Amino acid sequence: MASYKELPKTAQIRLVSSHEEVYEPCDDSFALVDALLADRTKLLEHRPMLCMEIGCGSGYVITSLALILGQEGSGVNYIATDINPHAVRVTHETLEAHGVSAELIVTDIASGLEKRLAGLVDVMIVNPPYVPTPEDEVGAEGITASWAGGENGRSVIDRILPIADRLLSEKGWLYMVTLTANNPSEICLEMKKKGYASKIVVQRSTEEENLHIIKFWRDFDNEVDEINNQSTFMGSLLSQIPPFSFWRGNNGNDSDKNKC
Amino acid sequence: MRLLTHNMLSSNIRGVVNGFPLRIEAGKVVEKNVEINGDFLKNMFVKIDWKAFVEASQSMGYTELPEEADSSMLDSDEFLNRFHHALLELHLEEGALVCPETGRRFPVSKGIPNMLLHEDEV
Repeated sequence: MASYKELPKTAQIRLVSSHEEVYEPCDDSFALVDALLADRTKLLEHRPMLCMEIGCGSGYVITSLALILGQEGSGVNYIATDINPHAVRVTHETLEAHGVSAELIVTDIASGLEKRLAGLVDVMIVNPPYVPTPEDEVGAEGITASWAGGENGRSVIDRILPIADRLLSEKGWLYMVTLTANNPSEICLEMKKKGYASKIVVQRSTEEENLHIIKFWRDFDNEVDEINNQSTFMGSLLSQIPPFSFWRGNNGNDSDKNKC
Repeated sequence: MRLLTHNMLSSNIRGVVNGFPLRIEAGKVVEKNVEINGDFLKNMFVKIDWKAFVEASQSMGYTELPEEADSSMLDSDEFLNRFHHALLELHLEEGALVCPETGRRFPVSKGIPNMLLHEDEV
């Protein structure tokens, strides 16, 4: 058992449950878990009490986080939400298959938690529906809600950001998956206005999409100097993120619209 | 659903002013032992609405919590054990959460509360 414990632990694909209406772990999920693994030491030193995933889908990511950080005995508790009831049930099965647990709620983003959970989340992970689609597909029933992101794939992301800001604790970290088409540098600028610094933890290009896992944290040092730093900040981000060039537009083709 | 989660949940129906705490209708309650972590409990104590927590635990059939609590009690192992048990080991497996203002029931099935709203409630 000792040697097993030394291996980096994440969820195992063979133990991840599934359902036809639930998004399966894919490049974006793997990239997000890779970002958590890349930050593993920092996350352990961060000593989070409450971790939260918005849009838990198959449960692959929250299960991996729970395996990385440990459970109640380590003083960590997990909350995961999804608007799709099938996804929440599948997440429950995936967690159980790995012998870990999280509190699960079927809800839209964090509806019902925004008052009492404000300022309590130390680590938040989000793999949002980021695929550019017509607005009327956003929040649709079933698996569509897992990828349909509206104009520039930003409709749900732009709703999540202020909620994340509200729920994150003083020392809270947010890890979020974005696509080049989402204009990540603009997202970082929006978060900068709310007082957050940001950094790309993982960047991954596949045939279909160019993914960035961005980490946000409250940047108390730079809050006062916001205006002075803006030009430097944009400069540094633009050097991190390639210009808007990968989005081929929505042509109504399902295979192109799906995140995978 | 643990009482930790219950303590963080409010009714999210449009127009509801006092949506906390949700009243618990307990159908099935289960207990799952988890390791105790004193630091977690001490840090979480200040975030818990104690009155709502005690009422919730009573509605789940657990009556060992004091009606009032202050941080000096965290030095007592007996208190910590009870706090731990009610906060993290009691699960509402089947039942409902009821909005204190409108009476709207949010079902809890297989331990998972469903807070999705109907179109006219958003």
